[in-house]
Amino acid sequence: MSARDLPVIFELSTPGRVGASYPDPDVPVQPLEALIPAAQLRANPPALPEVSELDVVRHYTRLSHRNFSIDEGFYPLGSCTMKYNPRIHEDVARLAGFSRLHPYTAEEDVQGALALMWELERMLAEVSGMDRVTFQPAAGAHGEFTGMLLIRAYFESQGEARTKVIVPDSAHGTNPATATMAGYEVITVPSDARGNMDVTKLREAMDGRVAALMLTNPNTLGLFEEHILEIEEIVHGAGGQLYMDGANFNAILGITRPGDQGFDVMHFNLHKTFTTPHGGGGPGAGAVGVKAHLAPFLPVPVIERTGDRFHLEYERPQSIGKIRAFYGNFGNLVRAYTYLRSMGADGLRQIAEVAVLNANYVLARLRDRFDLPYDRLCKHEFVLSGRRQKHEHGVSTKDMAKRMLDYGFHAPTIYFPLIVEEAIMIEPTETESKRTLDEFIEAMRAIDREAAEQPDLVREAPHATPVRRLDEVRAARQPDLRWRPA
Amino acid sequence: MTARQKAPALERRRQHKYIPATDAEREEMLRVIGVRSIDALFADIPAAVRLQRPLALPPALSDPEVLAQLTAMAARNTHADAAPTFLGAGAYDHYIPSVVWHLAGRGEFLTAYTPYQAEMMQGELQAGYEYQSMLCALTAMDVANASMYDGASATAEAAVMAKDLTKRGEVVVSTAVHPEYREVLRTYTAPLGITVVEAPQRAGRTDLSALRAAVSGRTAAVIIQHPNFFGSLEDGPAAAALAHGAGALLICAIADPLSLGLLTPPGEWGADIVAGEGQPLGNHLNFGGPYLGMLATRQDFVRRMPGRLVGATVDTDGRRGFVLTLQTREQHIRREKATSNICTNEALLALAAAVYMAALGRTGVRKVAELNLYKAAYAKERLSALPGFRLMFEGPTFHEFVIRTPRPPEELNRALRARGIIGGAPLGRWYPDLADGWLLCVTEQRTREQIERLVDVLEGLR
Repeated sequence: MSARDLPVIFELSTPGRVGASYPDPDVPVQPLEALIPAAQLRANPPALPEVSELDVVRHYTRLSHRNFSIDEGFYPLGSCTMKYNPRIHEDVARLAGFSRLHPYTAEEDVQGALALMWELERMLAEVSGMDRVTFQPAAGAHGEFTGMLLIRAYFESQGEARTKVIVPDSAHGTNPATATMAGYEVITVPSDARGNMDVTKLREAMDGRVAALMLTNPNTLGLFEEHILEIEEIVHGAGGQLYMDGANFNAILGITRPGDQGFDVMHFNLHKTFTTPHGGGGPGAGAVGVKAHLAPFLPVPVIERTGDRFHLEYERPQSIGKIRAFYGNFGNLVRAYTYLRSMGADGLRQIAEVAVLNANYVLARLRDRFDLPYDRLCKHEFVLSGRRQKHEHGVSTKDMAKRMLDYGFHAPTIYFPLIVEEAIMIEPTETESKRTLDEFIEAMRAIDREAAEQPDLVREAPHATPVRRLDEVRAARQPDLRWRPA
Repeated sequence: MTARQKAPALERRRQHKYIPATDAEREEMLRVIGVRSIDALFADIPAAVRLQRPLALPPALSDPEVLAQLTAMAARNTHADAAPTFLGAGAYDHYIPSVVWHLAGRGEFLTAYTPYQAEMMQGELQAGYEYQSMLCALTAMDVANASMYDGASATAEAAVMAKDLTKRGEVVVSTAVHPEYREVLRTYTAPLGITVVEAPQRAGRTDLSALRAAVSGRTAAVIIQHPNFFGSLEDGPAAAALAHGAGALLICAIADPLSLGLLTPPGEWGADIVAGEGQPLGNHLNFGGPYLGMLATRQDFVRRMPGRLVGATVDTDGRRGFVLTLQTREQHIRREKATSNICTNEALLALAAAVYMAALGRTGVRKVAELNLYKAAYAKERLSALPGFRLMFEGPTFHEFVIRTPRPPEELNRALRARGIIGGAPLGRWYPDLADGWLLCVTEQRTREQIERLVDVLEGLR
């Protein structure tokens, strides 16, 4: 076995080995069949690995060494806001008073948890210009779903049947997928030459059947929607609701509030803007903020305060119901709360200022080497195109992204948004130093040179990773989704 | 300009430990960009929507201050170490071996994104593949996805999946399924025009004759929970036969997968989709979240599954490696035609579950399941022998059961709380006709001494 090969944990299994320790029963033991009918008893134990505790520790430690993280290096993944995840958040979230708390513990015994949620709701409402916030959604897309259901319930309460939702062509894939899940037909409106939503096209698409426009602002090109006031007039003028995808909220903290821009409902990605760690794909937390007219429809329970007492309020007849069990990804609420208390108003504004400064700086130093389809000041991220490298040297954006791994950086987001050919989407975030940005810029410029001078080096990248480029077609054509004994 | 006049400008802001840019660097970067001020970078935002005041937030706290603040808030909660808990009902207090979060909490896993660049994310991907494999072993299903949000939303997505697979518009759900799972099911299915029909429980189990009457050619799926919300074991094979007889799928919800250490797995008795809650597999109670949605199904249905899937493949040198696969089901490719909108999921909790299952192994899960069974059986026997207390439902249970109480369960809980014990879940909140029902859970974490203290306190109340 080469040093680069690592067994799957099942392959380390040795019959009879154990990796955990439990006491013998301290209560009377009976034959199992006396408690569970023989037909219901599992005949063979589940075929889980049999390994020692050290085997477990080594195996997952070795796996961790094959993972790229913010802790290890720069992660300029556009639209994902991969900023530093403070360690104090982990300590706080693991306090037994939070982590060992059962969700059905009586209200008088969870006052600290409810107070935290109540205060976090007020803080997020202030930051966003919304009136109420629910914490039930487990992720951004779950928040979108909640938001669409709120809009649906609102129109039903008004006796209106609206059937369509508009999304821009630059939208995250979750937006149209969500609108479909919420029972709406999706109408896509194109972007204009400056990377804004095309207001003329929006006006044409807007009618009394449109329930909502889902807009990301700044949008996925990293550009602020310059016509936001006109958009607001068009949508509200036709009786529609304005939904904000808050994936890019980091760019505008303390600068402008979605509620003041006219949005009726928005989701927050607490795992992006408020830096709860992304965990390799979750858990996230997707709080949803609403204006007062949508508040009656929020999922149950909401947290109310009477004097010094906090309680979970379920008596809300117009509520859309529940979108998951219990109250949300509470552990991440603890982290987001800690972050807001650590940053304060000045800190939040600095986040936006430096995130935007960093993005514009990187853009300024790369624009001579890469095509820039929308040449404007950007917000927290920007989108380049690798089309010149592709057409002149046959080196694709994917090739350049893979080459980036050899330089010790995560790749930018690529091939998104879909409206940019060979898209390269870069989001530096505010937690990166100028030194790191300069190193990244030099790597990007070096890769551009390599594309011209040693195109095969780039096409065959990555070279320095534990595995070389992987066969995705084979993975999809012959799905191998679980380990089986040889 | 004098130093004295400069001072206020320097106080304009504090250098924050999470934001490295210094004043000098900011100036230099602005020069490179070619603008005079940071304010100029925001010129594209219409003045009418610019915030003209500082956000009204509490003042920023230093680390020692914020830690003290949060520690004080945590101290206002009575957690499972402060008072032994007999609560279950979808969230379970199991022992978590130290290795689980020492490993899952490593920064390399914690601070990674979804593994879009597979070559540098083999750790996360392989762990996901191992998790999928272990979940298949536990449930005896063919394929499992890399995670959903929680047990309730996974069950709801399973129902949507069944609708897509059968092209039928109705799901039949037992009222012995967790009430919050059923609420979430209604929320997810209503906008898609799926009708939810409830089949009543009788004597704490799904009433099979009522189920037979409810199932028809319109039924996309029958949903049961096993063990069910009352802790009782269902007749899975009979429910599956009923569903299949009508051309419908059988969805089995599982609130505590450790029960599968002892019980015949759903894949062996005909379940088509297993959905459930993976919190009990090494994840903390966390006041209800983050939790781990599980979803497993038959091979034939894999292309209609929601959520991320990790697959094994090879690299250009022929080495084994792992990638996210079958992504044409997903929102970032299919947009409005995707099987679900799910993107961010609960990957880190799935990784913790993999570490947990690896540490326990094939003998450990059996042993923990037995401990739960024996302790709950002992508590059940002692409690039902108390004067005025009796079992509400007969029949086999795993680690939860319902006691009919002589006084309102809420009142008993208050009395227990005064003696440092957290009692069970009163059923009246969800089942008004079972208002004297008290759902208790006894896991391996409860000692005989704690069970006897519970019994003693109740005995003293007479």
